[in-house]
Amino acid sequence: MNRGLRSWAPPFLLVLPSLVVVGVFVYGMIAINVNTSLTDRRGRGPATQYVGFDVYRELFADDTFIYSLQNLLIYTVVFIVGTLLIGFMWAWLLERGVWGEGFFRAVYLFPMAVSFIASGVVWRWLLNNAQGDRASGLNRLFEVVGLDFLQNSWWTHPRFGIAAIALPAIWQLAGYVMALFLAGFRGIPRELHEAARIDGASEWQLYRHVLFPQLRPIALSAIIIVGHMSLKVFDLIMAIAGQTNHTTQVPATQMWIEFTRGDYAKSAAIGTILLLVVAVLIVPYLVSTYRQERNR
Amino acid sequence: MSAPTTELTTPVEAAPPAHAPRRGWGIARITLLLFFVVVVLVPAYVLLVTSFKGLGDATPARAWLPPTEWSTAGWARAWELLLPSMGRTFAMVIPAAVISSFLGAMNGFVLARWRFPGADLVFTLLLFGMFIPYQAVMIPLIQLMQGLGVPSGVPSLIVLHVAYGIPITTLIFRNYYAGVPDELMEAARVDGAGMLRTFGSIVLPLSGPAFVVVLIWQFTSAWNDYLFALFFSNSRNGPVTIALNFLASGQLQDYSASMAGALIASVPTLVVYILLGRWFVGGLMAGSVKG
Repeated sequence: MNRGLRSWAPPFLLVLPSLVVVGVFVYGMIAINVNTSLTDRRGRGPATQYVGFDVYRELFADDTFIYSLQNLLIYTVVFIVGTLLIGFMWAWLLERGVWGEGFFRAVYLFPMAVSFIASGVVWRWLLNNAQGDRASGLNRLFEVVGLDFLQNSWWTHPRFGIAAIALPAIWQLAGYVMALFLAGFRGIPRELHEAARIDGASEWQLYRHVLFPQLRPIALSAIIIVGHMSLKVFDLIMAIAGQTNHTTQVPATQMWIEFTRGDYAKSAAIGTILLLVVAVLIVPYLVSTYRQERNR
Repeated sequence: MSAPTTELTTPVEAAPPAHAPRRGWGIARITLLLFFVVVVLVPAYVLLVTSFKGLGDATPARAWLPPTEWSTAGWARAWELLLPSMGRTFAMVIPAAVISSFLGAMNGFVLARWRFPGADLVFTLLLFGMFIPYQAVMIPLIQLMQGLGVPSGVPSLIVLHVAYGIPITTLIFRNYYAGVPDELMEAARVDGAGMLRTFGSIVLPLSGPAFVVVLIWQFTSAWNDYLFALFFSNSRNGPVTIALNFLASGQLQDYSASMAGALIASVPTLVVYILLGRWFVGGLMAGSVKG
């Protein structure tokens, strides 16, 4: 017992500071936040009593909040599908090696280094909703190249405006998905290629039956990573549409609005709901990581 | 599902020798690749061109054309407005990146090579912190920071980026150290080295590449952060993302200054990307994105 303690106490002490920090900053804060959301702390003053799930009931009865949840769903679908399709296509185009590969990779990846706030500056201009003579941005470009019918109201569209916010997000992260898939393609043993060829597989059959199935775990990882980013979208909306725009409202922006109004219980409740939405995606991933760890 | 995490130290490898592709497909492929280069660079073109425009050029009809007269007035205005916040951002990002990297190295070493009972559970619990939406901790966090007496602006942001950086830095180091050869660890053990000796004189000296990845990662994500900056600073003590959004969303619609500002605010992370791109990709492979 003493020997065991002596052998595992030092490593445990080394990670203890981090454990305490994460314990407080992640788990402690989540607990207090949930607690706040169950109180009547609706203004600057302290809470006086618990009101149970009243704030949550209020939120789910509120059209604006339902609308912002629907927005989050639309945004997430467009963002995930867009980054996966484009990222995969780029990886496929580059997979065999092409002259100037390093250049293509560098260009496709560079938007990732830029903040959403900085890219929001230019996308706000590109997605300007003015049409006709006053059109600038993409609407003007469509006119110049004779594709006027593509002009649209972008992020001010009452139902699908939020999808326009996904465009810059796709622009920024498709390169990341490409890098994942490219590493996946390159990680497939050459013997698999050879074996398929010896069996007389055509180029397409090689991809369809040998290479694509090997990329399935990568696709799943990409969905989890891009998906959890998507559920947290905030910076881009603040930079492009601003916090007060109704058509691009999502829970994260609403949380900020309620916070500035001083409605702490409601703000905390929105944060908790957002956490639950992300947890649905992340917890299965963490459980499977944990199992892998155990088997190490 | 661990694919992106295990790829860390082998960023995208060079292509294997291509075996004679069909010629038509080769040309179509290059054309497609070049087309996407143009698409991806369009926002950069707009930023550059608009940042050099004078006020008279800002008509919708000329939106896509280069300036009639090149002017650096927008750059001068942006520079003046952003300079103080750039300094604050450096003062925030560098300590945050360094401290969280060292904590991550210690955790990564223990969780990969010097494990204790329950280490796998500890690792999973740490990892969860990487994915949480910070909205779910923000309100108590403000009380906590006030309670601890940490001033808003740079000091608060350093604490936050260190605390919430621990999961990702731990993950990157753990994956890196999992690849350290067993023989090295065995040799240390035979020589009677304890945990700290092994870490300090054997593992740390090997950690250069992992430190590069982690430092790039933490530098970039703290530099680009807007959410914490919004809650924990104001326009007078905030980092550059706050100043830039303030400049860009002003009533004046000063397009040339905002676009010059966006470029100025992106220079440090772009320089990191250009100089250390190979490791930047490694960082991307590491699993996730903070924020």
